[in-house]
Amino acid sequence: MAEPLVLGFETSCDETGIGLVRGHTLLSDALATSMAEHERFGGVVPEIASRAHLEAMVPTVHRALADAGAALSDVDAVAVTSGPGLTGALLVGVAAAKAYALALGVPLYGVNHLAAHVAVDELEHGRLAEPSIAMLVSGGHSSILLVPDLSQDVVELGRTIDDAAGEAFDKVARVLDLPFPGGPPIDRAAQEGTASIAFPRGLTGPRDPAYDFSFSGLKTAVARWVEAQQRDGVHVSVPDVAASFQEAVVDVLTAKAVRACRDHGVDHLVIGGGVAANSRLRAVAQERCDAAGIVLRVPSRRLCTDNGAMVAALGSRLVMAGVAPSQPDLGADSSLPIDVVSR
Amino acid sequence: MLTLAIDTATPTLVVGLADGDRVLAEAGVPSGTRHAELLTPTVTDVLTRAGVALADVGRLVVGLGPGPYTGLRVGIVTAAALGDVVGAPVHGVCSLDAVGDGPRVVVTDARRKEVYWRAYDGAPLAGPGVGRPEELDLPDLPVVGDARFAERLGRGVAPAEVTTAGLLRAVPAGPPAPLTPLYLRRPDAVPNVVRKPVTR
Ligand SMILES: Nc1ncnc2c1ncn2[C@@H]1O[C@H](COP(=O)(O)OP(=O)(O)OP(=O)(O)O)[C@@H](O)[C@H]1O
Ligand SMILES: [Mg+2]
Repeated sequence: MAEPLVLGFETSCDETGIGLVRGHTLLSDALATSMAEHERFGGVVPEIASRAHLEAMVPTVHRALADAGAALSDVDAVAVTSGPGLTGALLVGVAAAKAYALALGVPLYGVNHLAAHVAVDELEHGRLAEPSIAMLVSGGHSSILLVPDLSQDVVELGRTIDDAAGEAFDKVARVLDLPFPGGPPIDRAAQEGTASIAFPRGLTGPRDPAYDFSFSGLKTAVARWVEAQQRDGVHVSVPDVAASFQEAVVDVLTAKAVRACRDHGVDHLVIGGGVAANSRLRAVAQERCDAAGIVLRVPSRRLCTDNGAMVAALGSRLVMAGVAPSQPDLGADSSLPIDVVSR
Repeated sequence: MLTLAIDTATPTLVVGLADGDRVLAEAGVPSGTRHAELLTPTVTDVLTRAGVALADVGRLVVGLGPGPYTGLRVGIVTAAALGDVVGAPVHGVCSLDAVGDGPRVVVTDARRKEVYWRAYDGAPLAGPGVGRPEELDLPDLPVVGDARFAERLGRGVAPAEVTTAGLLRAVPAGPPAPLTPLYLRRPDAVPNVVRKPVTR
Protein backbone atom coordinates (compact mmCIF):
# COMPACT_ATOMS: atom_id res chain seq x y z
CA MET A 1 0.00 0.00 0.00
CA ALA A 2 1.60 3.27 -1.11
CA GLU A 3 0.12 5.89 1.22
CA PRO A 4 -1.95 4.18 3.91
CA LEU A 5 -4.22 6.19 6.21
CA VAL A 6 -3.32 5.01 9.72
CA LEU A 7 -5.19 5.73 12.94
CA GLY A 8 -2.84 5.65 15.95
CA PHE A 9 -3.72 5.11 19.63
CA GLU A 10 -1.43 6.13 22.51
CA THR A 11 -2.38 5.50 26.16
CA SER A 12 0.84 4.30 27.78
CA CYS A 13 0.90 6.98 30.48
CA ASP A 14 -1.29 10.01 31.20
CA GLU A 15 -1.96 11.27 27.65
CA THR A 16 -4.78 9.91 25.52
CA GLY A 17 -3.34 10.54 22.06
CA ILE A 18 -5.12 9.79 18.80
CA GLY A 19 -3.36 10.61 15.54
CA LEU A 20 -4.04 10.25 11.85
CA VAL A 21 -1.19 9.90 9.40
CA ARG A 22 -1.14 9.27 5.65
CA GLY A 23 2.21 7.86 4.59
CA HIS A 24 4.67 10.24 6.25
CA THR A 25 2.15 13.08 6.35
CA LEU A 26 0.67 14.22 9.66
CA LEU A 27 -3.06 14.84 9.30
CA SER A 28 -4.13 15.26 12.91
CA ASP A 29 -2.97 14.77 16.44
CA ALA A 30 -5.69 14.95 19.10
CA LEU A 31 -4.68 14.86 22.75
CA ALA A 32 -6.52 14.61 26.06
CA THR A 33 -4.42 14.69 29.19
CA SER A 34 -5.03 13.89 32.84
CA MET A 35 -1.77 15.65 33.81
CA ALA A 36 -3.50 18.18 36.08
CA GLU A 37 -5.16 15.40 38.12
CA HIS A 38 -1.76 13.88 38.92
CA GLU A 39 0.07 17.04 39.85
CA ARG A 40 -0.80 16.99 43.55
CA PHE A 41 0.66 13.46 43.79
CA GLY A 42 3.96 14.53 42.23
CA GLY A 43 3.74 11.71 39.71
CA VAL A 44 1.29 9.82 37.54
CA VAL A 45 -1.32 7.79 39.47
CA PRO A 46 -2.01 4.81 37.19
CA GLU A 47 -5.67 4.36 38.15
CA ILE A 48 -6.48 8.03 37.57
CA ALA A 49 -4.76 7.87 34.17
CA SER A 50 -6.66 4.72 33.17
CA ARG A 51 -10.03 6.19 34.15
CA ALA A 52 -9.29 9.30 32.13
CA HIS A 53 -8.30 7.26 29.05
CA LEU A 54 -11.65 5.48 29.05
CA GLU A 55 -13.61 8.72 29.29
CA ALA A 56 -11.58 10.45 26.62
CA MET A 57 -11.30 7.63 24.09
CA VAL A 58 -14.23 7.94 21.68
CA PRO A 59 -14.41 11.77 21.81
CA THR A 60 -10.67 12.03 21.11
CA VAL A 61 -10.94 9.65 18.14
CA HIS A 62 -13.61 11.91 16.72
CA ARG A 63 -11.58 15.03 17.34
CA ALA A 64 -8.70 13.48 15.40
CA LEU A 65 -11.04 12.53 12.54
CA ALA A 66 -12.63 15.97 12.42
CA ASP A 67 -9.25 17.74 12.48
CA ALA A 68 -8.09 15.57 9.58
CA GLY A 69 -11.34 15.90 7.65
CA ALA A 70 -11.46 12.10 7.50
CA ALA A 71 -14.12 9.48 8.21
CA LEU A 72 -13.63 6.19 10.03
CA SER A 73 -14.36 4.40 6.77
CA ASP A 74 -11.24 6.01 5.21
CA VAL A 75 -8.90 4.29 7.70
CA ASP A 76 -6.61 1.61 6.17
CA ALA A 77 -4.90 0.37 9.34
CA VAL A 78 -4.92 0.86 13.10
CA ALA A 79 -1.77 1.13 15.24
CA VAL A 80 -1.58 1.14 19.02
CA THR A 81 1.09 1.40 21.68
CA SER A 82 1.15 -2.07 23.23
CA GLY A 83 4.15 -1.34 25.48
CA PRO A 84 6.13 -0.30 27.37
CA GLY A 85 4.05 1.72 29.84
CA LEU A 86 1.47 1.35 32.59
CA THR A 87 -0.47 -1.89 32.06
CA GLY A 88 -3.91 -0.59 32.99
CA ALA A 89 -3.44 2.52 30.88
CA LEU A 90 -2.03 0.61 27.91
CA LEU A 91 -4.95 -1.81 27.94
CA VAL A 92 -7.56 0.91 27.40
CA GLY A 93 -5.84 1.89 24.17
CA VAL A 94 -5.15 -1.69 23.11
CA ALA A 95 -8.78 -2.74 23.65
CA ALA A 96 -10.11 0.33 21.84
CA ALA A 97 -7.72 -0.11 18.91
CA LYS A 98 -8.58 -3.80 18.60
CA ALA A 99 -12.29 -2.99 18.52
CA TYR A 100 -11.90 -0.22 15.93
CA ALA A 101 -9.73 -2.50 13.76
CA LEU A 102 -12.20 -5.37 14.03
CA ALA A 103 -15.24 -3.24 13.26
CA LEU A 104 -13.50 -1.46 10.37
CA GLY A 105 -12.09 -4.70 9.00
CA VAL A 106 -8.54 -3.32 8.81
CA PRO A 107 -5.20 -4.70 10.10
CA LEU A 108 -3.99 -3.89 13.60
CA TYR A 109 -0.38 -3.15 14.56
CA GLY A 110 0.72 -3.29 18.21
CA VAL A 111 3.80 -1.07 18.31
CA ASN A 112 6.60 -0.10 20.65
CA HIS A 113 6.11 3.31 22.26
CA LEU A 114 9.85 4.00 22.22
CA ALA A 115 10.29 3.26 18.52
CA ALA A 116 7.27 5.51 17.95
CA HIS A 117 9.09 8.39 19.71
CA VAL A 118 11.73 8.01 16.98
CA ALA A 119 9.32 7.39 14.08
CA VAL A 120 7.45 10.63 14.74
CA ASP A 121 10.34 12.55 13.24
CA GLU A 122 9.45 11.14 9.79
CA LEU A 123 6.29 13.27 9.86
CA GLU A 124 8.40 16.42 9.77
CA HIS A 125 11.66 15.46 8.12
CA GLY A 126 10.70 12.61 5.83
CA ARG A 127 12.03 9.12 5.82
CA LEU A 128 14.82 8.41 8.28
CA ALA A 129 18.29 7.80 6.84
CA GLU A 130 19.20 4.23 7.65
CA PRO A 131 21.24 3.39 9.50
CA SER A 132 20.77 6.26 11.94
CA ILE A 133 21.76 6.59 15.54
CA ALA A 134 18.70 7.41 17.63
CA MET A 135 18.77 8.81 21.13
CA LEU A 136 15.58 8.27 23.06
CA VAL A 137 15.25 10.48 26.12
CA SER A 138 11.88 10.40 27.87
CA GLY A 139 10.22 10.17 31.26
CA GLY A 140 10.86 6.47 31.67
CA HIS A 141 13.72 5.72 29.27
CA SER A 142 17.10 6.96 28.10
CA SER A 143 18.81 4.91 25.42
CA ILE A 144 21.11 5.16 22.47
CA LEU A 145 19.99 3.02 19.56
CA LEU A 146 21.50 1.90 16.30
CA VAL A 147 18.68 1.83 13.78
CA PRO A 148 19.42 -0.12 10.60
CA ASP A 149 15.66 -0.40 9.84
CA LEU A 150 13.08 1.32 11.99
CA SER A 151 10.35 -1.08 10.87
CA GLN A 152 12.08 -4.16 12.25
CA ASP A 153 15.69 -3.75 13.31
CA VAL A 154 16.56 -1.58 16.30
CA VAL A 155 19.66 -2.34 18.36
CA GLU A 156 20.20 -0.86 21.80
CA LEU A 157 23.79 0.32 22.26
CA GLY A 158 23.34 1.70 25.75
CA ARG A 159 20.79 2.84 28.29
CA THR A 160 20.47 4.42 31.69
CA ILE A 161 21.51 2.18 34.53
CA ASP A 162 19.26 4.08 36.99
CA ASP A 163 17.03 7.12 36.39
CA ALA A 164 15.81 8.21 32.97
CA ALA A 165 16.76 11.72 31.85
CA GLY A 166 13.17 12.96 32.14
CA GLU A 167 12.88 11.37 35.56
CA ALA A 168 15.96 13.33 36.64
CA PHE A 169 14.32 16.55 35.46
CA ASP A 170 11.15 15.65 37.36
CA LYS A 171 13.01 14.84 40.58
CA VAL A 172 15.27 17.88 40.49
CA ALA A 173 12.18 20.03 39.88
CA ARG A 174 10.81 18.72 43.17
CA VAL A 175 14.01 19.63 44.95
CA LEU A 176 13.63 23.15 43.52
CA ASP A 177 9.89 23.35 44.31
CA LEU A 178 9.00 23.53 40.62
CA PRO A 179 5.81 21.87 39.32
CA PHE A 180 5.42 18.40 37.75
CA PRO A 181 6.45 17.44 35.12
CA GLY A 182 9.76 19.12 35.81
CA GLY A 183 11.27 19.35 32.33
CA PRO A 184 9.49 22.48 31.06
CA PRO A 185 9.89 24.58 34.25
CA ILE A 186 13.59 23.68 34.56
CA ASP A 187 14.08 24.52 30.89
CA ARG A 188 12.45 27.92 31.50
CA ALA A 189 14.24 28.66 34.77
CA ALA A 190 17.60 27.72 33.23
CA GLN A 191 17.20 30.41 30.59
CA GLU A 192 17.45 33.03 33.38
CA GLY A 193 20.47 31.40 35.01
CA THR A 194 24.14 30.53 34.48
CA ALA A 195 25.55 27.02 34.53
CA SER A 196 28.03 28.02 37.23
CA ILE A 197 27.86 24.96 39.49
CA ALA A 198 29.99 21.95 38.48
CA PHE A 199 27.64 19.00 38.90
CA PRO A 200 28.97 15.50 38.13
CA ARG A 201 28.80 13.93 34.66
CA GLY A 202 27.82 10.29 35.28
CA LEU A 203 29.58 7.39 33.50
CA THR A 204 31.98 9.61 31.57
CA GLY A 205 35.24 8.11 32.86
CA PRO A 206 37.59 6.34 30.45
CA ARG A 207 36.59 2.92 31.78
CA ASP A 208 32.84 3.57 31.89
CA PRO A 209 30.51 2.00 29.32
CA ALA A 210 30.54 4.37 26.36
CA TYR A 211 26.80 4.53 25.71
CA ASP A 212 25.25 3.96 29.13
CA PHE A 213 23.88 6.78 31.28
CA SER A 214 23.52 7.37 35.01
CA PHE A 215 21.53 10.32 36.33
CA SER A 216 20.85 9.22 39.87
CA GLY A 217 24.17 10.54 41.22
CA LEU A 218 23.56 13.88 39.52
CA LYS A 219 20.12 14.19 41.08
CA THR A 220 21.55 13.39 44.52
CA ALA A 221 24.37 15.90 44.01
CA VAL A 222 21.85 18.63 43.19
CA ALA A 223 19.74 17.76 46.23
CA ARG A 224 22.81 17.79 48.51
CA TRP A 225 24.07 21.08 47.10
CA VAL A 226 20.69 22.76 47.61
CA GLU A 227 20.40 21.36 51.14
CA ALA A 228 23.90 22.53 52.04
CA GLN A 229 23.19 26.06 50.80
CA GLN A 230 19.93 26.18 52.74
CA ARG A 231 21.64 24.89 55.88
CA ASP A 232 24.21 27.65 55.58
CA GLY A 233 21.44 30.19 55.08
CA VAL A 234 22.68 31.02 51.59
CA HIS A 235 20.06 32.04 49.04
CA VAL A 236 19.64 29.34 46.40
CA SER A 237 19.40 30.68 42.86
CA VAL A 238 16.87 28.35 41.23
CA PRO A 239 17.83 29.53 37.72
CA ASP A 240 21.53 28.81 38.34
CA VAL A 241 20.86 25.36 39.81
CA ALA A 242 18.46 24.56 36.96
CA ALA A 243 20.97 25.73 34.34
CA SER A 244 23.84 23.81 35.95
CA PHE A 245 21.83 20.61 36.31
CA GLN A 246 20.50 20.87 32.77
CA GLU A 247 24.00 21.51 31.43
CA ALA A 248 25.29 18.33 33.09
CA VAL A 249 22.47 16.23 31.56
CA VAL A 250 22.80 17.79 28.11
CA ASP A 251 26.58 17.52 28.08
CA VAL A 252 26.51 13.77 28.77
CA LEU A 253 23.63 13.02 26.42
CA THR A 254 25.06 14.85 23.44
CA ALA A 255 28.65 13.65 23.98
CA LYS A 256 27.56 10.01 24.06
CA ALA A 257 25.20 10.33 21.10
CA VAL A 258 27.91 11.93 18.95
CA ARG A 259 30.39 9.31 20.07
CA ALA A 260 27.96 6.53 19.04
CA CYS A 261 27.69 8.09 15.58
CA ARG A 262 31.48 8.32 15.23
CA ASP A 263 32.13 4.80 16.54
CA HIS A 264 29.59 3.27 14.18
CA GLY A 265 30.43 5.39 11.17
CA VAL A 266 26.88 6.76 11.10
CA ASP A 267 26.36 10.38 10.10
CA HIS A 268 22.68 10.78 11.02
CA LEU A 269 21.39 11.34 14.54
CA VAL A 270 17.73 11.59 15.54
CA ILE A 271 16.63 12.51 19.05
CA GLY A 272 13.17 11.60 20.36
CA GLY A 273 11.13 11.51 23.58
CA GLY A 274 9.92 14.23 25.93
CA VAL A 275 13.38 15.47 26.92
CA ALA A 276 14.11 16.18 23.25
CA ALA A 277 11.83 19.19 23.78
CA ASN A 278 14.58 20.70 25.95
CA SER A 279 15.90 23.88 24.37
CA ARG A 280 19.46 23.50 25.64
CA LEU A 281 19.64 19.87 24.47
CA ARG A 282 18.49 20.93 21.01
CA ALA A 283 21.04 23.74 20.85
CA VAL A 284 24.05 21.76 22.11
CA ALA A 285 23.18 18.73 19.98
CA GLN A 286 23.07 21.00 16.94
CA GLU A 287 26.47 22.56 17.75
CA ARG A 288 28.17 19.25 18.34
CA CYS A 289 26.61 17.56 15.32
CA ASP A 290 27.63 20.48 13.11
CA ALA A 291 31.19 20.22 14.41
CA ALA A 292 31.26 16.46 13.79
CA GLY A 293 29.61 16.54 10.36
CA ILE A 294 26.52 14.72 11.58
CA VAL A 295 23.05 15.50 10.26
CA LEU A 296 20.79 16.10 13.28
CA ARG A 297 17.03 15.59 13.28
CA VAL A 298 14.78 16.46 16.20
CA PRO A 299 10.97 16.57 16.02
CA SER A 300 9.26 19.86 16.88
CA ARG A 301 8.55 20.22 20.60
CA ARG A 302 4.87 19.38 20.27
CA LEU A 303 5.67 15.93 18.89
CA CYS A 304 8.43 15.07 21.40
CA THR A 305 6.10 14.23 24.29
CA ASP A 306 3.53 11.42 24.05
CA ASN A 307 0.96 11.70 21.28
CA GLY A 308 -1.07 9.53 18.92
CA ALA A 309 0.59 10.75 15.72
CA MET A 310 3.86 9.08 16.67
CA VAL A 311 2.07 5.74 16.92
CA ALA A 312 0.33 6.29 13.59
CA ALA A 313 3.69 7.30 12.08
CA LEU A 314 5.30 4.03 13.11
CA GLY A 315 2.19 2.09 12.05
CA SER A 316 2.35 3.70 8.65
CA ARG A 317 6.02 2.78 8.35
CA LEU A 318 5.15 -0.86 9.18
CA VAL A 319 2.32 -1.02 6.65
CA MET A 320 4.56 0.41 3.91
CA ALA A 321 7.36 -2.04 4.81
CA GLY A 322 4.97 -4.98 4.54
CA VAL A 323 5.49 -6.04 8.16
CA ALA A 324 2.91 -8.59 9.34
CA PRO A 325 0.08 -7.19 11.50
CA SER A 326 -0.45 -8.28 15.11
CA GLN A 327 -2.34 -11.41 16.07
CA PRO A 328 -5.98 -11.10 17.24
CA ASP A 329 -4.91 -11.95 20.81
CA LEU A 330 -2.67 -8.87 21.10
CA GLY A 331 -2.37 -7.60 24.66
CA ALA A 332 -0.13 -5.13 26.48
CA ASP A 333 3.44 -5.65 27.67
CA SER A 334 4.38 -3.10 30.30
CA SER A 335 8.09 -3.85 29.87
CA LEU A 336 8.24 -4.44 26.12
CA PRO A 337 11.96 -4.48 25.18
CA ILE A 338 13.16 -1.58 23.07
CA ASP A 339 14.28 -3.83 20.21
CA VAL A 340 10.78 -5.24 19.63
CA VAL A 341 9.36 -2.69 17.18
CA SER A 342 5.98 -4.38 16.76
CA ARG A 343 4.37 -7.54 18.01
CA MET B 1 -33.24 -6.34 16.49
CA LEU B 2 -29.81 -7.91 16.89
CA THR B 3 -28.04 -7.16 20.16
CA LEU B 4 -24.37 -7.80 20.93
CA ALA B 5 -23.80 -8.18 24.69
CA ILE B 6 -20.39 -7.92 26.36
CA ASP B 7 -19.32 -8.23 29.98
CA THR B 8 -15.81 -8.23 31.47
CA ALA B 9 -16.63 -7.51 35.11
CA THR B 10 -15.73 -11.00 36.34
CA PRO B 11 -12.92 -13.45 35.51
CA THR B 12 -15.25 -15.03 32.92
CA LEU B 13 -15.60 -12.79 29.92
CA VAL B 14 -19.06 -13.04 28.36
CA VAL B 15 -20.05 -12.26 24.77
CA GLY B 16 -23.51 -13.03 23.39
CA LEU B 17 -25.50 -12.30 20.28
CA ALA B 18 -29.30 -12.19 20.53
CA ASP B 19 -32.19 -11.56 18.21
CA GLY B 20 -34.74 -9.83 20.42
CA ASP B 21 -34.49 -11.89 23.62
CA ARG B 22 -33.52 -15.09 21.81
CA VAL B 23 -29.82 -15.83 22.32
CA LEU B 24 -28.29 -17.00 19.01
CA ALA B 25 -24.74 -17.63 20.24
CA GLU B 26 -22.90 -17.06 23.48
CA ALA B 27 -19.42 -17.60 24.87
CA GLY B 28 -18.23 -17.54 28.47
CA VAL B 29 -14.44 -17.60 28.41
CA PRO B 30 -12.57 -18.10 31.67
CA SER B 31 -9.95 -15.50 30.93
CA GLY B 32 -8.80 -14.28 34.31
CA THR B 33 -6.76 -11.17 33.61
CA ARG B 34 -6.58 -11.76 29.84
CA HIS B 35 -9.79 -9.97 28.84
CA ALA B 36 -7.96 -7.56 26.53
CA GLU B 37 -6.29 -10.40 24.66
CA LEU B 38 -9.38 -12.57 24.32
CA LEU B 39 -12.35 -10.21 23.96
CA THR B 40 -12.21 -9.28 20.28
CA PRO B 41 -11.40 -12.86 19.16
CA THR B 42 -14.42 -13.99 21.21
CA VAL B 43 -16.63 -11.36 19.57
CA THR B 44 -15.49 -12.64 16.15
CA ASP B 45 -16.20 -16.22 17.23
CA VAL B 46 -19.70 -15.46 18.52
CA LEU B 47 -20.64 -13.45 15.42
CA THR B 48 -19.42 -16.31 13.20
CA ARG B 49 -21.37 -18.91 15.15
CA ALA B 50 -24.52 -16.77 15.03
CA GLY B 51 -23.99 -16.17 11.32
CA VAL B 52 -24.23 -12.43 11.82
CA ALA B 53 -22.10 -9.58 10.48
CA LEU B 54 -21.06 -6.93 12.98
CA ALA B 55 -22.56 -4.28 10.70
CA ASP B 56 -26.02 -5.83 11.23
CA VAL B 57 -25.91 -5.38 14.99
CA GLY B 58 -28.56 -2.84 16.00
CA ARG B 59 -27.54 -2.23 19.58
CA LEU B 60 -24.94 -3.22 22.16
CA VAL B 61 -25.23 -3.96 25.85
CA VAL B 62 -22.21 -3.82 28.13
CA GLY B 63 -21.65 -4.55 31.79
CA LEU B 64 -20.47 -1.47 33.70
CA GLY B 65 -19.33 -3.52 36.66
CA PRO B 66 -18.67 -3.39 39.48
CA GLY B 67 -15.61 -5.50 38.75
CA PRO B 68 -11.81 -5.32 38.74
CA TYR B 69 -11.11 -2.07 36.96
CA THR B 70 -8.60 -3.01 34.29
CA GLY B 71 -10.70 -5.82 32.83
CA LEU B 72 -13.88 -3.82 33.26
CA ARG B 73 -12.54 -0.96 31.16
CA VAL B 74 -11.56 -3.39 28.39
CA GLY B 75 -15.19 -4.44 27.93
CA ILE B 76 -16.59 -0.93 28.13
CA VAL B 77 -14.13 0.68 25.72
CA THR B 78 -14.54 -2.24 23.31
CA ALA B 79 -18.34 -1.90 23.30
CA ALA B 80 -18.06 1.88 22.92
CA ALA B 81 -15.68 1.53 19.96
CA LEU B 82 -17.73 -1.18 18.23
CA GLY B 83 -20.90 0.87 18.70
CA ASP B 84 -19.10 3.92 17.37
CA VAL B 85 -18.14 2.22 14.11
CA VAL B 86 -21.42 0.36 13.61
CA GLY B 87 -23.46 3.42 14.55
CA ALA B 88 -25.44 1.49 17.17
CA PRO B 89 -26.43 2.66 20.67
CA VAL B 90 -24.52 1.11 23.59
CA HIS B 91 -26.51 0.47 26.78
CA GLY B 92 -24.60 0.11 30.04
CA VAL B 93 -25.98 -2.19 32.73
CA CYS B 94 -24.95 -3.18 36.23
CA SER B 95 -23.09 -6.47 35.74
CA LEU B 96 -24.47 -7.88 38.99
CA ASP B 97 -28.00 -7.55 37.54
CA ALA B 98 -26.96 -10.13 34.92
CA VAL B 99 -26.13 -12.84 37.49
CA GLY B 100 -29.08 -15.09 38.42
CA ASP B 101 -32.71 -14.02 38.43
CA GLY B 102 -35.52 -13.21 40.87
CA PRO B 103 -35.14 -12.37 44.58
CA ARG B 104 -31.47 -12.87 45.48
CA VAL B 105 -28.22 -11.40 46.68
CA VAL B 106 -25.45 -11.47 44.07
CA VAL B 107 -21.81 -11.58 45.19
CA THR B 108 -18.73 -11.40 42.96
CA ASP B 109 -15.00 -11.15 43.63
CA ALA B 110 -13.82 -7.58 44.28
CA ARG B 111 -10.22 -8.67 45.06
CA ARG B 112 -8.43 -7.31 48.14
CA LYS B 113 -10.48 -9.85 50.16
CA GLU B 114 -13.74 -8.03 49.39
CA VAL B 115 -16.90 -8.77 47.41
CA TYR B 116 -19.13 -6.68 45.22
CA TRP B 117 -22.77 -7.28 46.05
CA ARG B 118 -26.30 -6.21 45.17
CA ALA B 119 -29.65 -7.43 46.50
CA TYR B 120 -32.84 -7.87 44.48
CA ASP B 121 -36.42 -8.44 45.50
CA GLY B 122 -37.93 -8.45 42.04
CA ALA B 123 -36.33 -5.01 41.57
CA PRO B 124 -32.96 -3.88 42.97
CA LEU B 125 -33.33 -3.65 46.74
CA ALA B 126 -29.90 -2.60 48.02
CA GLY B 127 -26.39 -1.99 46.68
CA PRO B 128 -24.36 -2.19 44.59
CA GLY B 129 -21.73 -2.11 47.26
CA VAL B 130 -18.30 -3.42 48.10
CA GLY B 131 -17.07 -4.82 51.40
CA ARG B 132 -15.52 -7.61 53.39
CA PRO B 133 -17.87 -10.63 53.36
CA GLU B 134 -17.76 -11.10 57.13
CA GLU B 135 -18.77 -7.47 57.73
CA LEU B 136 -21.72 -7.27 55.32
CA ASP B 137 -25.27 -7.19 56.63
CA LEU B 138 -27.00 -8.73 53.62
CA PRO B 139 -30.80 -9.16 53.29
CA ASP B 140 -32.16 -12.62 54.03
CA LEU B 141 -32.40 -13.80 50.43
CA PRO B 142 -30.74 -16.66 48.54
CA VAL B 143 -27.15 -15.78 47.71
CA VAL B 144 -25.82 -16.46 44.20
CA GLY B 145 -22.55 -15.73 42.43
CA ASP B 146 -18.98 -16.56 43.38
CA ALA B 147 -19.30 -19.64 45.62
CA ARG B 148 -15.76 -19.25 46.96
CA PHE B 149 -17.11 -16.66 49.38
CA ALA B 150 -19.65 -18.98 51.05
CA GLU B 151 -17.50 -19.68 54.08
CA ARG B 152 -16.60 -16.06 54.74
CA LEU B 153 -20.22 -14.99 54.25
CA GLY B 154 -21.45 -17.75 56.56
CA ARG B 155 -24.13 -18.51 53.96
CA GLY B 156 -24.55 -20.94 51.10
CA VAL B 157 -23.78 -19.41 47.69
CA ALA B 158 -25.31 -20.99 44.58
CA PRO B 159 -22.73 -20.70 41.80
CA ALA B 160 -23.89 -18.33 39.07
CA GLU B 161 -22.20 -16.20 36.44
CA VAL B 162 -23.02 -13.31 34.13
CA THR B 163 -25.16 -14.51 31.22
CA THR B 164 -26.23 -12.94 27.94
CA ALA B 165 -29.89 -13.36 28.90
CA GLY B 166 -29.14 -11.63 32.19
CA LEU B 167 -27.42 -8.71 30.44
CA LEU B 168 -30.42 -8.32 28.12
CA ARG B 169 -32.88 -8.38 31.04
CA ALA B 170 -30.86 -5.72 32.83
CA VAL B 171 -31.14 -3.06 30.10
CA PRO B 172 -33.01 -0.09 31.53
CA ALA B 173 -35.80 1.48 29.48
CA GLY B 174 -35.06 4.64 27.55
CA PRO B 175 -32.09 6.00 25.64
CA PRO B 176 -28.57 4.92 26.64
CA ALA B 177 -26.84 6.85 29.42
CA PRO B 178 -23.09 7.66 29.41
CA LEU B 179 -20.98 4.51 29.94
CA THR B 180 -19.70 5.34 33.42
CA PRO B 181 -18.11 2.33 35.12
CA LEU B 182 -19.36 1.36 38.58
CA TYR B 183 -15.98 1.70 40.27
CA LEU B 184 -17.36 1.94 43.85
CA ARG B 185 -13.86 2.73 45.15
CA ARG B 186 -12.00 6.01 44.75
CA PRO B 187 -8.69 5.87 42.87
CA ASP B 188 -6.78 7.88 45.46
CA ALA B 189 -7.43 5.15 48.01
CA VAL B 190 -4.36 3.65 46.28
CA PRO B 191 -1.88 6.43 45.48
CA ASN B 192 0.46 3.99 43.78
CA VAL B 193 2.39 6.84 42.17
CA VAL B 194 4.73 5.80 39.41
CA ARG B 195 7.78 8.06 39.78
CA LYS B 196 10.00 7.14 42.69
CA PRO B 197 10.60 9.81 45.35
CA VAL B 198 13.89 11.67 45.53
CA THR B 199 16.19 9.54 47.65
CA ARG B 200 18.61 11.44 49.81
N1 LIG C 1 11.61 21.06 27.88
C1 LIG C 1 11.92 19.94 28.53
N2 LIG C 1 13.15 19.75 29.07
C2 LIG C 1 13.47 18.62 29.72
N3 LIG C 1 12.61 17.61 29.92
C3 LIG C 1 11.37 17.73 29.40
C4 LIG C 1 10.96 18.89 28.68
N4 LIG C 1 9.67 18.72 28.30
C5 LIG C 1 9.30 17.50 28.78
N5 LIG C 1 10.31 16.92 29.44
C6 LIG C 1 10.30 15.65 30.16
O1 LIG C 1 9.88 14.65 29.32
C7 LIG C 1 9.25 13.62 30.08
C8 LIG C 1 7.98 13.22 29.43
O2 LIG C 1 8.32 12.70 28.17
P1 LIG C 1 7.49 11.53 27.51
O3 LIG C 1 6.10 11.97 27.41
O4 LIG C 1 8.18 11.10 26.28
O5 LIG C 1 7.75 10.45 28.66
P2 LIG C 1 6.88 9.24 29.08
O6 LIG C 1 6.00 8.90 27.94
O7 LIG C 1 6.31 9.54 30.40
O8 LIG C 1 7.96 8.11 29.24
P3 LIG C 1 8.31 6.92 28.22
O9 LIG C 1 8.20 7.48 26.85
O10 LIG C 1 9.68 6.54 28.60
O11 LIG C 1 7.30 5.88 28.49
C9 LIG C 1 9.03 14.18 31.48
O12 LIG C 1 9.95 13.57 32.34
C10 LIG C 1 9.31 15.66 31.29
O13 LIG C 1 9.86 16.27 32.46
MG1 LIG D 1 6.73 8.64 26.03
